[in-house]
Amino acid sequence: MKSLKDNYDVIVIGAGPGGLAAAIAAKKNGAEDVLMIDRDLELGGILLQCIHNGFGVEIFKEDWPGPSYAQHFINEAQEVGVDAMLDTMVLDVTPDRKVYATGPGRGFVELEGRAIVMAMGCRERTRAQIKLPGPRPAGVYTAGLAQRWVNVEGYMPGKRFVILGSGDIGMIMARRLTFEGAKVERVLEVLPYLSGLNRNYVQCLLDFDIPLQLQHTVKRIIGKDKVEAVEAVAVDDHWNFIPGSEEIIPCDTLLLSVGLIPENELSQKAGVALDPVTNGPFVDDGFLTNVTGIFAAGNVVHVYDLVDWVTQAGLTAGKRAAQYAQGCYNVNPRYVPTAAGENVRYVVPHKLDPETLTEDGIMLQMRVTQPLEFPVRIEVRDGDTVIAKKAARYARPGEMVDITLKGKDYDAVRQARELTARVVAR
Amino acid sequence: MYQPYDVIIIGAGIVGAMTARFLSRYALKILWIEKESDICTGTTGANSALVHGGYDAMPKSLKAEMNVRGNAMWDALSEELDFAFARIGTHVVAIGEDELPALDELKARSDLNGVPTEIIAAEEMRRREPLINPEVSGALFCPSGGICDPWGATIAAAENAVQNGVELRLNTEFQDFLWEPSKIQSPKSKIVGIRTNQGDFYGRWVVNAAGLFADEVMHKAGLRPAFEITPRRGEYYVMDRNQIQTQTVLFPVPTKVSKGILVTTTLHGNTLVGPNAEEIDDKTDVAVTAAGMREIWDGARKLIPSLDARHVIAVFAGLRAGGNAPCLDCDEAYHKDFIIEIPAQVQGLVNLGGMESPALTAAPAIAERVVALLRGAGEPLVEKADWNPRREARPVFRHLDHAEQAALVARDPRYGHIICRCEYVTEGEIVAEIHAPIPATTYDAIKRRTWLGTGRCLGGFDMPRVVDILAHELGQDPLEISKKGAGSEFLVRKTKEVA
Ligand SMILES: Cc1cc2nc3c(=O)[nH]c(=O)nc-3n(C[C@H](O)[C@H](O)[C@H](O)COP(=O)(O)OP(=O)(O)OC[C@H]3O[C@@H](n4cnc5c(N)ncnc54)[C@H](O)[C@@H]3O)c2cc1C
Ligand SMILES: Cc1cc2nc3c(=O)[nH]c(=O)nc-3n(C[C@H](O)[C@H](O)[C@H](O)COP(=O)(O)OP(=O)(O)OC[C@H]3O[C@@H](n4cnc5c(N)ncnc54)[C@H](O)[C@@H]3O)c2cc1C
Repeated sequence: MKSLKDNYDVIVIGAGPGGLAAAIAAKKNGAEDVLMIDRDLELGGILLQCIHNGFGVEIFKEDWPGPSYAQHFINEAQEVGVDAMLDTMVLDVTPDRKVYATGPGRGFVELEGRAIVMAMGCRERTRAQIKLPGPRPAGVYTAGLAQRWVNVEGYMPGKRFVILGSGDIGMIMARRLTFEGAKVERVLEVLPYLSGLNRNYVQCLLDFDIPLQLQHTVKRIIGKDKVEAVEAVAVDDHWNFIPGSEEIIPCDTLLLSVGLIPENELSQKAGVALDPVTNGPFVDDGFLTNVTGIFAAGNVVHVYDLVDWVTQAGLTAGKRAAQYAQGCYNVNPRYVPTAAGENVRYVVPHKLDPETLTEDGIMLQMRVTQPLEFPVRIEVRDGDTVIAKKAARYARPGEMVDITLKGKDYDAVRQARELTARVVAR
Repeated sequence: MYQPYDVIIIGAGIVGAMTARFLSRYALKILWIEKESDICTGTTGANSALVHGGYDAMPKSLKAEMNVRGNAMWDALSEELDFAFARIGTHVVAIGEDELPALDELKARSDLNGVPTEIIAAEEMRRREPLINPEVSGALFCPSGGICDPWGATIAAAENAVQNGVELRLNTEFQDFLWEPSKIQSPKSKIVGIRTNQGDFYGRWVVNAAGLFADEVMHKAGLRPAFEITPRRGEYYVMDRNQIQTQTVLFPVPTKVSKGILVTTTLHGNTLVGPNAEEIDDKTDVAVTAAGMREIWDGARKLIPSLDARHVIAVFAGLRAGGNAPCLDCDEAYHKDFIIEIPAQVQGLVNLGGMESPALTAAPAIAERVVALLRGAGEPLVEKADWNPRREARPVFRHLDHAEQAALVARDPRYGHIICRCEYVTEGEIVAEIHAPIPATTYDAIKRRTWLGTGRCLGGFDMPRVVDILAHELGQDPLEISKKGAGSEFLVRKTKEVA
């Protein structure tokens, strides 16, 4: 890699799979100087601590561990000549695309990008966000923090665990901790259904006889210095505790796998507007935010469950960022907005530019509100007219739903006033 | 030969810290003990962080006197000790016409206490706090009220005390007094020291600044058997400053039992919401409860209806050391006064008790009074020639502008290494605290000094990094590093060596 400078065509913030893909695509699509900045010591983002299999199922038809999936793209980024600044935290991004960052190696730097791709990923929800009662001892951690301790640092944070929340990281950690000789007493989930992937339930809990209790939660943590137990309780459909169902479960660690939040503090500093439902930016089909020249890709936009779609989003955002940097991006088109219809919580992208429709198609990604455990139809409509539809065996809130608009749909898309997505019984 | 101490101070909250700092001015040999692994872990660590004006204290009580005097001392202290303090004024807000008369009552009381206040119109209140409940009908403004960082102020005072020669011993718990062997009737008349879990320490004076446990300490001296501290818990929410920023300090009109659930801005820009008031039995139970959290939420929304539960980033609770000491000078019956005395029954004790709100505000005045009491008891209190009233804060990366940040990082690259992703706390700051005059040796100690881990992710990012830094700087194994002292270690073993 060549020596670093101050001005870049495209600066990518975050070098997880989203950022890596964006940087590669930017370079391949004509951006000359492309820089990735990451606060970690290595490229790869959260994948570095995901040493379990299950990555690349869609794109590569492979079942790689996270670091292998990342390595594929790290190699490619090096081949195409993307620059990287590691161990460097981005502190500030301004609406006119100045980037302020600092790291122990390079010190404090000020950079400027013609285009910027935000790819900062997400962070985990904490005990405060779920208002978990009890004192504040050592031994209450998010599942991702425990994952880092075990997989990256090589330390066990406890011997006897209870996991609150059936998110993917929690279930994966239940298995990982069991491998390491710890006892995972229970996974508790307040919802009547799983919040992560069914695949993880089968491979991580069922196969290891780790009990999952749906409609259960932690009533309070017990232990002043270190967790000594948790009091579990059953809840009704409105999350009210069911009296008499309390149970004290002795443990020394409580892991939380209760959701992820896109990490958009930097985006906000740059004036990027956020969708209160996704907590990510409002984006168009090229992942352009409301601030010209600032794009976003990956978990920073909305929380993905499969890395493949993160890569794909990064490729699109990087390509469009390169186009923007070269002055060929129509930033003020006649957008067609998308909208969440029946049983859909949100749709990404929020709007699309009919003039940029390509033969690759445009994927609308969404999450459903209610689980439907029977055959369903995913539809995109303009008013009462169905533009595209797709069948699926079921629809679950824990698993992202998508539908791709293709060439045959484009005429209707161009005419549409609004594209409403819904997921209903077939 | 073993030289006994002149003064032994029990308890390292703000009252103990201010007392240590004020006494460090004089040629005295001072021992200061704290049972926990750090200073500022008791009530001083969890409260509303307000420097109260004193308008609402019971007229003629010691509380009122100390409040008003203490309040006046904060500017000079914050300048000398280089800690943050902002005198932004406080508001008691009436919602709906029904609550307006309560403002007049408070105004009358503030006049009695000699605290300037003014009643402002609803419109002016809306201008000052655009997020206020639109049904606001008026407010009582107290310009002398302010906001502080109790951790910062206490640590600054403590550090200055230590720099001026006070000997601080952590993990040292007072268990009993040592008495002068005596042949006359009353065997317990002169205190000559204390017994602790770390051995005996001899001293001529003992200052009881044990906060919630002050009653138990004075009972060991046979004093005030009827005095009892009942812990009253208050729970809080901290809001994400990116989502909501209130500008002011807002109280509801008070109830008989408390100042009510307030919504206040803080020195860190986060809005703080709370506290409720619940009497409990256990003096160490700082758990947050589901019921308490609901109560706070309902109370706070009365003032700021747009508060959104999704934007909560932290919850915590503190314990008020509610006493039952009567005020003899007050015009009406009042049983919640401070105790600040050198009791006649025993020799060698400065007894403080009932240090609930506003003792944070009042702490400097209480310390000043302790000095006066000792002088009154015949202590010569000779000022040390080399006493240094000033203490300098260490660099805080996030408070600097870009140019200053660049310069700091150029000087020491560790200040360019961000460890806390939400509050931008750097390795340089953490290392400086580990090697400070009062070394930070636990995660929570670093948190109190640097504000690390207080943001949205609650330390999820920084924790493994801080454990590493602590282990490296202290020359310990990561397995030994704890959240708040022995028994709260983060890690149990290395991986792949099955327990
Ligand atoms: C525990 C876990 C298990 C998973 N399991 C699977 C699986 O089995 N199969 C699958 O397909 N998917 C899985 N996923 C999902 C997939 O890994 C993620 O969706 C994907 O990694 C997100 O990529 P990203 O690039 O958006 O974010 P990340 O990988 O989180 O990368 C974001 C990067 O941005 C950097 N960053 C953030 N802020 C700054 C800043 N201010 N300055 C500098 N750098 C910054 C971070 O250091 C990080 O490297 C899993 C995810 C997790 C967390
Ligand atoms: C919810 C709440 C809100 C409040 N809000 C405000 C406010 O806004 N403004 C205000 O002015 N005041 C406020 N207060 C009151 C204020 O916080 C306290 O009055 C003040 O912090 C008391 O300080 P302290 O030093 O007496 O007690 P502490 O901070 O409790 O210190 C006492 C210390 O003594 C130690 N100790 C106890 N026993 C022993 C022993 N046997 N041996 C050794 N050490 C011992 C303890 O560990 C502790 O560290 C509030 C209090 C609460 C609970």
